[in-house]
Amino acid sequence: MSNVLELQNVRKAFGSEVVLNNLSLQVPEHTATVLIGASGSGKSTLLRCINLLETIDDGQIFLDGLEITDPVIKVDEIRRKLGMVFQSFNLFPHKTVLENITLAPVKVQNKDVEEARDIAKKLLSRFDLADKADQYPDRLSGGQQQRVAIIRSLAVNPRLLLLDEITSALDPVLVNEVLSIVRDLKQDGMTMVLATHEMGFATQVADEVCFLESGNILERGSAEQVLKNPTNPKTQEFLKRVHQAGRL
Amino acid sequence: MSEKKTSAWSPSLRELDRRALRRKLNRKQSLIAAVSSVLVLGTLTIILVTSPGWEVVKATFFDIEYGKEVFPTVAKGLWINLQLTFFGGIAIGIIAMGLALLRTTKSPALTPFRFLATAYVDIFRGAPLILIILLVGFGVPALRLQGISSNVIVLGTIAVVLTYSAYVAEVIRSGILSIHPSQRAAARSLGLTSGQTMRFVVLPQALRRVVPPLLNDFVSLLKDTGLVSILGVTDAVRAAQINASRTFNYTPYVVAAILFLLITIPMTRYTDRAIRQRTQAQNSEGAI
Repeated sequence: MSNVLELQNVRKAFGSEVVLNNLSLQVPEHTATVLIGASGSGKSTLLRCINLLETIDDGQIFLDGLEITDPVIKVDEIRRKLGMVFQSFNLFPHKTVLENITLAPVKVQNKDVEEARDIAKKLLSRFDLADKADQYPDRLSGGQQQRVAIIRSLAVNPRLLLLDEITSALDPVLVNEVLSIVRDLKQDGMTMVLATHEMGFATQVADEVCFLESGNILERGSAEQVLKNPTNPKTQEFLKRVHQAGRL
Repeated sequence: MSEKKTSAWSPSLRELDRRALRRKLNRKQSLIAAVSSVLVLGTLTIILVTSPGWEVVKATFFDIEYGKEVFPTVAKGLWINLQLTFFGGIAIGIIAMGLALLRTTKSPALTPFRFLATAYVDIFRGAPLILIILLVGFGVPALRLQGISSNVIVLGTIAVVLTYSAYVAEVIRSGILSIHPSQRAAARSLGLTSGQTMRFVVLPQALRRVVPPLLNDFVSLLKDTGLVSILGVTDAVRAAQINASRTFNYTPYVVAAILFLLITIPMTRYTDRAIRQRTQAQNSEGAI
């Protein structure tokens, strides 16, 4: 199994605040890597660095063996291979659901409009959103918006999907409809990196769980290992707090 | 599915009662509004008409016969204002968009143009329009340059365009800056280039947001085209002025003012409505 994504000694600082510190990570094909950790531990920054929305200060990031942190790399071409879903959905409010999904296939991949619409409609029906195609995002529930956002990132056939706390802005009742899509994608063999606070969900999809603390991975391993039998005291402390909050 | 539910539902007695009561309350409120309007406006009219100077005011400002006589000349002048607004408006839109994009770009190759755009906006936004009109209208012909029009209408339009493109550029730029960075992040993460992100994601939202201030500027533009009359352009203002100074009756000014209002008031109403409809289609909170 080859690594789709590989991070070597990545460092990222905002001013004097070091957010990622000498962090390394390998994500093999068809696997899901789950990042857990308190807010501010660097999970989101890590995802944004992979997507080149942030420039790293040291280290290297490879996508399918190609170094994407090379300054001469064509950033837009790399991003085409990566899908990203955000905590706050970030759908385009002036476009309908269908237009949100077809924008990138038409403008970036130069697909025919009809073809892009067909693909989008198939994805929408697969995830039970066919009747929402012509609605504007603000008319949808949070769960529906986030499902549309996931479909939007899938429509370009990404090599790797980055999911940044995609259920954190949702009502507990709506969380499951979003997570079930991710489970489906995992079944399909999509390679994913996710940041989440849903430990139960992490247990279901994760091939590897990484616990981040102060910009570094303190503990990593299978969900069973990290979530059930953590060895690092900080991981134990974090999971205890999560447990107290009723999220495990 | 939801339609089926609606057709099966019939309002309860309590709801029917409520509706009847609401209708009654509405009728009462309309009655109060009508009575108070008649009272207030009626009193104002009586005070105005019975005041000692009213006959003189009426003869000087509201001479209907004279108004009818000058109407064609003033209306013909207004046609010039409208043309100036139309062609000027197009030029302003294009130039302002260019300035706004230049001022928000980060492209290193465009750095000198960004500075120039900033200087342009600072100068033309800060200087009084009437000075720019005088400078361009009288100053440029004095240069006796080959190939530069000495037509006062053209020069007046150029002066207005110079000033208004600076105003409008700032409005558009504020719209661009008001779009949350997460929209840009979402677009870039889909692989859109920065140009595509601007064109398909940022600008459409930004422009929609600045429609009300842009409309304000458009109405001001129409009114300010009246300033080119100082160059001797026979627009509505100038036509009214000529007639008023001939007879010392100021009705032509009132005619010109009414003509301007006939255009500007419906324009504002129409745009307000368009914005409201747009907001409701996109935003479930539009009604609030």
